[in-house]
Amino acid sequence: MRKLALAFLVCFLFAGGAFSADDVIKIGFYNCLTGQNAFGGQLELEGVQLAHKQFPEILGKKIEVVVIDNKSDKVEAANAVTRLIESDKVNVIIGTYASGLAIAGGEVAEVARVPMLGTSCTNPLVTQGKKYIFRTCFIDPLQGAGAAAYAYRDLGYKKAAILTDVVSDYAVGLAKFFKDNFAKLGGEIVSEMRYQSGDTDFTAQLTEIMSKKPDVVFLPAYFAEGAIILKQARELGAEFRFMGGDAMDNPEMVTLGGDAIEGFIYTGFAYAPDMPNMNDVAKKFTEDWYKEYKKDPNGNAALGYDSYILVLDAIRRAGSAEPEKIRDALEATKDVLTVTGTTTFDADHNPQKDIGILEIKGGKKVFVGTVVP
Amino acid sequence: MIADSSGNRIRNNILTLASLALLAAFLWLAPKYLDGYKVRIINLIAINAILGLSLNLIYGMAGMFSLGHAGFMAIGAYVSALLILTPEQKSMMWILDPIAPWLMDLHAPFYASLLMAGILAAFFGWLISLPILRLGGDYLGIATLGFSEILRILIANLTSITNGPIGLKGIPAHTSLWVSYGCLLLFLAAVIRLMKSNFGNVIRAVRDDEIAAKTMGVNTFRTKVLAFTIGCFGAGVGGALMGNIITTIDSKMFTITQTYNILMIVVIGGLGSITGSILGSVIITTMLEWLRFVENPITIGAFRMDGKPGMRMVIFSLLLVAVIIFRREGIMGMREFSWDWVLSRPAAVRNRLASGGTPKGGD
Amino acid sequence: MALNMFLQHLINAVGLGSLYGLIAIGYTMVYGILRLINFAHGDIFMLGAYFVFFATIRYKLPWALGVIIAVAGAILSGLLVDLIAYKPLRNAPRISALISAIGVSFFIENASMVAFTAKPQAVIQPKQLVEAFSVGGVRFVPLNIIVPVISFILVGMLLWMIYRTKQGLAMRSISHDIETTRLMGVSVNRIIALTFAIGSGLAAVAGIMWALRYPKVEPLMGFTPGFKAFIAAVFGGIGSIPGAMLGGLALGFIEIMSVAFFPTLSGYKDAFAFVLLVIILLVKPTGLMGEKLEDKI
Repeated sequence: MRKLALAFLVCFLFAGGAFSADDVIKIGFYNCLTGQNAFGGQLELEGVQLAHKQFPEILGKKIEVVVIDNKSDKVEAANAVTRLIESDKVNVIIGTYASGLAIAGGEVAEVARVPMLGTSCTNPLVTQGKKYIFRTCFIDPLQGAGAAAYAYRDLGYKKAAILTDVVSDYAVGLAKFFKDNFAKLGGEIVSEMRYQSGDTDFTAQLTEIMSKKPDVVFLPAYFAEGAIILKQARELGAEFRFMGGDAMDNPEMVTLGGDAIEGFIYTGFAYAPDMPNMNDVAKKFTEDWYKEYKKDPNGNAALGYDSYILVLDAIRRAGSAEPEKIRDALEATKDVLTVTGTTTFDADHNPQKDIGILEIKGGKKVFVGTVVP
Repeated sequence: MIADSSGNRIRNNILTLASLALLAAFLWLAPKYLDGYKVRIINLIAINAILGLSLNLIYGMAGMFSLGHAGFMAIGAYVSALLILTPEQKSMMWILDPIAPWLMDLHAPFYASLLMAGILAAFFGWLISLPILRLGGDYLGIATLGFSEILRILIANLTSITNGPIGLKGIPAHTSLWVSYGCLLLFLAAVIRLMKSNFGNVIRAVRDDEIAAKTMGVNTFRTKVLAFTIGCFGAGVGGALMGNIITTIDSKMFTITQTYNILMIVVIGGLGSITGSILGSVIITTMLEWLRFVENPITIGAFRMDGKPGMRMVIFSLLLVAVIIFRREGIMGMREFSWDWVLSRPAAVRNRLASGGTPKGGD
Repeated sequence: MALNMFLQHLINAVGLGSLYGLIAIGYTMVYGILRLINFAHGDIFMLGAYFVFFATIRYKLPWALGVIIAVAGAILSGLLVDLIAYKPLRNAPRISALISAIGVSFFIENASMVAFTAKPQAVIQPKQLVEAFSVGGVRFVPLNIIVPVISFILVGMLLWMIYRTKQGLAMRSISHDIETTRLMGVSVNRIIALTFAIGSGLAAVAGIMWALRYPKVEPLMGFTPGFKAFIAAVFGGIGSIPGAMLGGLALGFIEIMSVAFFPTLSGYKDAFAFVLLVIILLVKPTGLMGEKLEDKI
């Protein structure tokens, strides 16, 4: 019995690194599959896997996606990318959710000269000054400006409050860009309150904000936290509107927030399964997604899918899987039709994409339109 | 059987030098033959060993339960990074609030920044040790934990100095094998010398019976402060090296989980054993990385199992609990590595075989 | 600050603080008896929340039954943790048990992640519990009143048990001197198991109320409340049950009021709590209500 167990264990151990072949192109994928950001990373993984299923080959070679978890942790993210490059010898890397992790992974990829395409890391620092780092999503300055413009111009709100997570790079960055733009347009920021990741009680901050009577509260939170905050605000009798950013785009938000999130508006990637005038890529993605996973897709899923498509497009144009050539081809990416709109990289390797405005109406996410800051 | 002690000492010194040469050869060859991922792990082993040693000095040798190690690491990491980053890098990075003007032109070479990291961490350690070392036992642990958490909140909030939650990036990757192992050896030599000196005896006396030590006329408070300060120095240097290998840092890296990791290294290795901390670092660091394979899809014959995220830590935690239950004193206990012990092994095994069994505690 | 606003903050603080207190009791009881910081306690709290979620939301059982299942499940988990990870280490150095506790905490968190996935799950609150009403400009949510009331009743019952029953006497006796108690013929291991059972049961109740109040469950939901409750236990005087409740209330009060009175410093909210903690430890190391405990090394 013991011998059998041992034999099994040995098989188990060796199975790990068994496969390797020359006629394979390897795409490394690192993302938050566990830890605090796992909900986003999982969806992006599913997006990539769907795309991989549809396009398993390029240049007559099979594509292999090597998936590694970064545990939503910086050290792990850097390790994961090192491992992808050094042990798995991947040609190009996709990932990750959360800018902090993308920065950590990006530093490694930059030094190793392997191109990396970020999925939903919206902080401007991710690609700043980097030769090998690109991203599929828009950046926060654009998003913050879009949100501010929509709040001030389209909705006519003049007084805003901001509630942010003080240890979240995403929240603090986006809040700053919203604040600057809202003030520039002529609006007034009446209150700025903070909390810390892991908090679940926001009543103190909300009570304080209510006393300042804002028209709108900008809440650049992650969806689970955001839904709870909206719920508590309604319990306290708050009547102001809430606005948020792309991290609120998750199918679970409606279940979590219930009635409380009715009327919630957020900026997001220009994709929703029910959006009108969908382009062909988005149509196909939506159909296949429902077939494959039988649940609603969201912006993260679309970005995962888009990243894979962009990488494939670059490899096709490069005519080679050499990292250096893929990088050059990525840099020249122009007018590629993706789920979240047409993608063209600017000089800083960021796509100039439309910003979607989404609203929760009747317990459902509704695509309102796009906004130009 | 055993030759005179001076002969032994010469022999031991030769053996030590030989193994140092072996280590040097390994460090020289490793980057040539191993991939960057493995080199990184080997680097992390050295850094974790420094952190383990420094916590062991505070807790294992001086008996002061500290849960604040992550805080001192954070000080080291930030000091070093802020000194190394060039003014151009700094001018681009602070997107929330403008950087504090005095910080802008502060610049130092890598080695100086390492030293400053250690010194400032030690200074803060010394500063907080003055009030809180009066506390004993778990209360000290909680107070140091509180300090570490306060520091983390300060780092997140003081945006003009730390760049807030966005953290610092683009720190040049100075941590090479020579740097990390050089630091480890220096720190190791310092700790060994310290523990062999009279001060080491005093520290141990304070740990084992503080009241007795006091009645013997030892200034126990000063001894504890000194041990704590040296430990914090190690934590600062370790944190700085960590920042220089990951090349980006932020406040979320230095939570209580970071302290747990180091505590694990110290206890699994053997509380109070210098050798243990190094062994612990080797084991915990490699294990955490090596276990990654359980999260990959696995094919055994016709079976195909999808990787389950989280599985790695499930197995790691089970191993951790198993090790601590079956070897509660850690791998080394309080013992230390010595050549005499190694060289006496073959004889001991022979004796055991000759006596025809496995007597308990026979050696 | 207007009176109604202050009252609103006060109600918020009591609601949050009583939950911290309920979790803190589990830490304080185990520490009082074994001098062990049971880091897995916050994860038992999480398990309790998940059990009630599965029973009532997934399998549509009535709430009463769901609560019983959750409490029973948490007690069982608590006992298992003690049996597997702590009992073999009773005579080991305390740090060994502490590392074992950290290991168990890692295990429960990650095993839950494998079993339940990392996705936060929505808890659907019964309507009558969250239908808010206003009295004089102060908003009341029924749940916010029910939570402290249940907490205080449970603490009352626990105190009665500790001071009026034989088992309670045995517990107090063990916390003073475990060896002597053993010699007096008390089945020490059974009493320790009882302690874990009570602590885990209370953690489950807190987990259920937490999941109702902040309506979601996720594998890492126990980390921050567990950490804060532990701080609360030290604040109130670790080892003392009324102290744990008081510490919990004090922590809730500090968190809420620091934001209320210093809104511009809301980013430093948790720092206020830690600064006060360190000051309390320095002035009165045994916490607000703690007795001097001998370190058992």
